[in-house]
Amino acid sequence: MEQTEKINVEHFTELLAKFIALLVIRLPDDVMAKLAELSQRETSPLGRVLYEAIKDDLSLAAQLKRPLCQDTGILQFTVRVGSNFPWRNKVSEVLRQAVLRATREVPLRPNAVEIFTHVNSGNNTGTRIPWIDWAVIPDRDDIYIYGYVAGGGCSLPGTAKVFMPLEGLEGVVRYIFDQITSYGINACPPLLVGVGLAGSMDVAAKLSKTALLRPIGTSNPDAATADLEQRLTDGLNALGIGPGGLGGEASVLGVHVEQAARHPATLAAAISTGCWALRRALIRLDADLNYEVLSHKGAVL
Amino acid sequence: MSKIILSTDIEDADIVNLRIGDIVYLSGTLVTARDAVHERLLREGRDLPFSLAGKAILHAGPIMRNLPDGTFETVSIGPTTSMRMEALEAEFIAETGVKLVIGKGGMGAKTAAACRKYRALHCVFPGGCAVLAATHVEKVESVDWLDLGMPEALWRLQVREFGPLIVSIDCAGQNLFEDKKIAYNARKAEIIKTVLTASTNKSI
Ligand code: SF4
Repeated sequence: MEQTEKINVEHFTELLAKFIALLVIRLPDDVMAKLAELSQRETSPLGRVLYEAIKDDLSLAAQLKRPLCQDTGILQFTVRVGSNFPWRNKVSEVLRQAVLRATREVPLRPNAVEIFTHVNSGNNTGTRIPWIDWAVIPDRDDIYIYGYVAGGGCSLPGTAKVFMPLEGLEGVVRYIFDQITSYGINACPPLLVGVGLAGSMDVAAKLSKTALLRPIGTSNPDAATADLEQRLTDGLNALGIGPGGLGGEASVLGVHVEQAARHPATLAAAISTGCWALRRALIRLDADLNYEVLSHKGAVL
Repeated sequence: MSKIILSTDIEDADIVNLRIGDIVYLSGTLVTARDAVHERLLREGRDLPFSLAGKAILHAGPIMRNLPDGTFETVSIGPTTSMRMEALEAEFIAETGVKLVIGKGGMGAKTAAACRKYRALHCVFPGGCAVLAATHVEKVESVDWLDLGMPEALWRLQVREFGPLIVSIDCAGQNLFEDKKIAYNARKAEIIKTVLTASTNKSI
C-alpha cells in the first residue's frame, strides 16, 4: 500500500511539474485567440512590429520548449479540491515539489526573495510560496488546479483602495484609468484587467485576481457588472495604448469585474493586471489521477 | 527602408540622426545591467570589470543554463522595466560612455537629458519576447558579479541583429513614451465621461 502510494505521489508530482512547464511555455487558448484577433485589427506600424515580435516569440518558445517570457514570476495556484479527492492531503507538498522540479528542469528563473533578508532561495519556493488559494468542493472526488504566473512587471500596477460610497462608480472608474495610464503602460500591454469590488480591500483584492482566471470572452453573469466590463473595455481601448505601450488600436485583452456585496459605508476596489503573456492554465485530475488540461485544448503532459 | 544595424563600438555619428520611433538592430557586445549593477557601480563605487564605452546595455534578468563544459546558454532574456533605473541612468551614461540603453517602457527626463548631452539612445525591445531575444544571442562571453544572483549579474553577450529595437529617447532628447503619456492623459477625461454617462448603473 505504502509502495503504491509512493508511486502515485511521484506520478502526481511529475504531472504537475509538466503542467508548470506547459504554463510557462504556452499561452492558454483564449489568450492566443485574443492576441491573434488584436494583431489582425492593428493598424499602427509600431503596433504591428510588436505583434509580429510576440507571434515569433510564441512560436519559438513552443518550438524550443523554453519559457516564453524570462520572468516566470511567483507561482500561484488556485485549488478547487473535491472533499473526497483521495490525494487531498498531498496536494500542498506535491505542488511545492513540482515547483522545485520545474525550476530545475524547464528551467524557470529563480524569483522567490525573502522580505527582510533579501535572500533569493534560488528554487522558487519560500515563505508561503508557491502561493496556494484553497476551496473545497463538497461531494466530489476530483480536483481543479489553476496555475498562474505572477510576473514582476504585470504585478506592479496592482492596487486597492476603499472608497466612500458617495464617490461611487465615478471614483472607481477614475482610479482604474489613472492606474492603467501610468503603471499599465510598462506592464507589457495589451493587459487583462481584473477588477474586484467589495466592502473591504482584502476581499476586493482577492476578487480582482479571481477575475483574471476567467477565460477572455466571457462576461460576468450579472447584467450590470457585465455592462461595466464592456464600458471599461471600450473606454480603455479608446486610450489607444497599444502593444508595448507604443500606441495602437487596443489597450486591453479585456476587463473582468468580480463583485461581492459591500458594507453600507464602504466601496472597496482592487485592480490586478495580467500582461499579454498571461500565463495561466487549468488542469482537472480525477481520483485516479487521469488528467485533462482545460485551458490548452489537446495538451499532452 | 533597409534594416539599420548598429555595431559596437558605436560612434556618435551612427546614432545622432536616429529619431524616436525608428527601428534598429544591434550586433556586437551587449551587457545586462539592471538595478543591482547600477547600484554597485554608482552608489558603492565599484569598478566595472570591463569598459562599456561604445557598447550597449540591456535592462534584463535572464534565465541562463549552465552547460556541462562550464559555459552558459541564454534560455530566455527579455527586457525589464527601464523606469526602475531612472534614478541612476543619467549618471551611468556619463560614467561609462555607453551608447545604447535597452529595456522596456520609457525613461524619464533625467535620462533624456543625458542622452542629449552624451549622445546615447534609449531603445525598447518588445517586452516579454524573451525567446525571440535569446535566439539573437550568439554567445555568453562572460559573467561577473554572479554573487548578485542570476537575474542581477553582469552578463556579457555577443549578439547578432538583436532587435527590433524601437528608439524611445533619441540624441536630441526627444522622448517617445513621454509624448505618448501626454496623449493618453489628454484623451482620458473625455473617455471617462463617456464610460460614466453610458453606464446604466452610475450609482453603485
Ligand atoms: S510584464 Fe509580463 S510579458 Fe512583460 S516582462 Fe513581465 S512577465 Fe514578461
